Amino acid sequence: MARSVSTRRKLFFTVAAWSVALLIFFPVLWTILTSFKTEASAVASPPELLGADWTLQNYSDVWARSDYPRFFMNSVIISIGSTLLGLLIAIPAAWSMAFVPGNKTKDLLMWMLSTKMMPAAAVLIPMYLIFQKTGLFDTRTGLVLALMLMNLPVIIWMLYTYFKEIPGEILEAARMDGASLKNEVLYILTPMAIPGIASTMLLNIILAWNEAFWTITLTTVNAAPLSAFIASFSAPQGLFYAKLSAASTMAIAPILIMGWFGQKQLVRGLTFGAVK
Amino acid sequence: MGKIVLKQVRKSFGDVHVIPSVDLTIENGEFVVFVGPSGCGKSTLLRLIAGLEDTTSGVIEIDGKDATALPPAKRGLAMVFQSYALYPHMTVRKNIMFPLKMAGMDIEAATKKADAAAKVLNLTSYMERKPGQLSGGQRQRVAIGRAIVREPAAFLFDEPLSNLDAALRGNMRLEITELHQNLKTTMIYVTHDQVEAMTMADKIVVLQAGNIEQVGSPLELYNHPANAFVAGFIGSPRMNLLEGADAQAVGAKTIGVRPEHLDISTTAGQWKGTVAVAELLGSDTFLHVNVEGHGTMTVRGGGDVNLRHGDTVYLTPQAGKVHRFGADGKTMA
Amino acid sequence: MATQSSRATARLMVAPSVILLFIWMIVPLAMTIWFSVRIYRLLSPERSGWAGVRNYTWFFNSPDFWMAINNTLLLVGGVLAITIILGVLIALLIDQPVWGQGPLRILVISPFFIMPPVAAMIWKNLFMHPQNGLFAAVSRAFGTEPILFLQNYPMSSIVFITAWEWLPFATLILLTALQSLSSEQLEAAEMDGASALSRFRYITLPHMTRAITVVILIQTIFLLGIFGEIFTTTQGGPGSASTTLPYMIYKQALIAKDIGRAAAGGIIAVILANIVAFFLMRSMGKHLDA
Repeated sequence: MARSVSTRRKLFFTVAAWSVALLIFFPVLWTILTSFKTEASAVASPPELLGADWTLQNYSDVWARSDYPRFFMNSVIISIGSTLLGLLIAIPAAWSMAFVPGNKTKDLLMWMLSTKMMPAAAVLIPMYLIFQKTGLFDTRTGLVLALMLMNLPVIIWMLYTYFKEIPGEILEAARMDGASLKNEVLYILTPMAIPGIASTMLLNIILAWNEAFWTITLTTVNAAPLSAFIASFSAPQGLFYAKLSAASTMAIAPILIMGWFGQKQLVRGLTFGAVK
Repeated sequence: MGKIVLKQVRKSFGDVHVIPSVDLTIENGEFVVFVGPSGCGKSTLLRLIAGLEDTTSGVIEIDGKDATALPPAKRGLAMVFQSYALYPHMTVRKNIMFPLKMAGMDIEAATKKADAAAKVLNLTSYMERKPGQLSGGQRQRVAIGRAIVREPAAFLFDEPLSNLDAALRGNMRLEITELHQNLKTTMIYVTHDQVEAMTMADKIVVLQAGNIEQVGSPLELYNHPANAFVAGFIGSPRMNLLEGADAQAVGAKTIGVRPEHLDISTTAGQWKGTVAVAELLGSDTFLHVNVEGHGTMTVRGGGDVNLRHGDTVYLTPQAGKVHRFGADGKTMA
Repeated sequence: MATQSSRATARLMVAPSVILLFIWMIVPLAMTIWFSVRIYRLLSPERSGWAGVRNYTWFFNSPDFWMAINNTLLLVGGVLAITIILGVLIALLIDQPVWGQGPLRILVISPFFIMPPVAAMIWKNLFMHPQNGLFAAVSRAFGTEPILFLQNYPMSSIVFITAWEWLPFATLILLTALQSLSSEQLEAAEMDGASALSRFRYITLPHMTRAITVVILIQTIFLLGIFGEIFTTTQGGPGSASTTLPYMIYKQALIAKDIGRAAAGGIIAVILANIVAFFLMRSMGKHLDA
């Protein structure tokens, strides 16, 4: 826009946009604020803001009551593990679909995405039985596998989108320059694809971290991640608002902060190539 | 050394025969231009030589050795791409050094070679920049530098100038010609621009629908086009092609007269017409004349031609400058 | 655009993904089909044998089933409508010259990072709770009775919560599309005498078609399987008022413990999802140059 904008106009839009943004963000903010209030202050009517009793007690209570570090570590291992494994399988697939497209490539991609359309609840029992029989039930390995497969189509799509943007002529140039397939991948493709791979990784970690069907139904104790941790707090509703808020904050904070730092790359990757 | 021979080379994509069958010999040190309209198969032919596409059948020999099945890297050729295909994450120096690194040359020798190439191409002060920070012309030079350092048997150029503006294109044309004169290496150059073909080539290969229409020096093609297609494609502005009674009078299906071979008169001549548009270039004047019975004809006159829109002119072809084409489009003896 | 050898390599590299996804899809599906024609009740294990199509007919004869279909469509359609309409409006607003666009984007995207059960719990307790929720406090401040959101408007409440979770996704993708629109196009339209509204209608909106397509495709995939939000808030109730198809299957499996019926429901859900997928993919295919 090579157009000058009057300050008044800009001020108006700034106020409007910030109001909308704060409204969207408010539930998160309110949860974080409530987590620092005493239980009495949390349910006070009318709601207290400035005059509230502030405390860190909720966090130490939640910490004492449940084994947060274990849930947290499970979440970290499951989300990062499934992401790395997924990338390992998806990168070669996306690479070849992007650079050696056949006339069936598009159908193949659509088919992959369509496997995600199967409602998880529909195959719950078979999955449960398979996991029991194979000894994967309530193990981190089992969840890493399940979440990896669940998100694989999305990973492939995103990587495919990014790889598509790398001009084919550059890879041909590398081939003319005498690069072997290994060197082509090592010196040309990987450095150019790293931003795309990074944002794919970020999205997949978020999806895996926030997954709350398989992580709850296929675990009991040992492999249960933060989604199960938060589910265990849903029982005594109404009574422990501040503790619930503290637990919620503890469950979402790591991924929220990570998401904030990566949001720009993330959004670009999420457009699935629909926006150039 | 870079003699390249194509023997009955064919290329099909499924049922589409892009190159029905091509025989061609490119002598060592020649500057050969493949020219033709878009979709004529000239880029495919170049990519077959490069090894970026498989041949469906036929043999490609480089320096007398069968290279048909060799991967691109083993053919000893270097290519300059239309989009330059520079590696965006590497500096200019690293871009130029990349083929040497792939060949396993030690860093010191490679650096020395890259610096020497940069000097030739006036890139010395840009060596630490990334391609994104360079202008189109500079990128083009880096791409050429990357090709030079390999000391290839032949250079392949795939429409290298089409992304540059007109002035820069003129400069780069000269630079590439000079480069060829200095290196004396075989060069194969693909373009759809017949001006590039005429000014740079030792030998022009005119292609249409995957077939070679004619091979020859620029002046051969200009003076003795093998058929109406080559006649129309080579030369600017295009040759006027006329049918009907005028052609039948000399026993041809079609006759062709180049714009520069028509005499202009305001009083009398073979064809009468009115000037539709007069383009004044100072040195020349191009007249687009509506001729009764033949549509628009283009005429090239001197800078002193003083005719305007609506004026009546008479046009007469110069003696011996009329090309005759038969019903099959071929030039008649 | 490639040589034979690179084609062979390419096939080899796609193979692991295709094989894994195929197994991941076909094994549970085959088992579900098997269960769906069997009598298989965890509470009465002594009864087993062929059920034929009885598990299926039970579903089709259950009034809950048609309600569940209705609720599923309501959820998908409602969330899509809200997120796309609001998403376009908010994207247009943020795209205006404003101070602090970076922090703004961070605020707007935040709900996308919230785990669904957490999001549902926040809304259920901190906002929609009839005594202690913030909405109730607001109602009291205006002297009106607090609205029993999850009691009286369960489906609308779930649609609202889910829309809040997905609004950031829609908004930011539409914003990215908006920012890729060249201002020259808009200026040309302005020179042609187009009003702000017709500029939006004829230039901006068509430019965003592809982005909207992606939003519909991705959201539908995720929305068809929505589970955590219902589980945490209403448990499908009151009665079956907010039971969707996935939730109904879940209830059959884990509450009624009738695996046969749950499996039949699963197959019905898979068929319906595939019908949706077919139409979706076909219309999407045109917009996505894969």
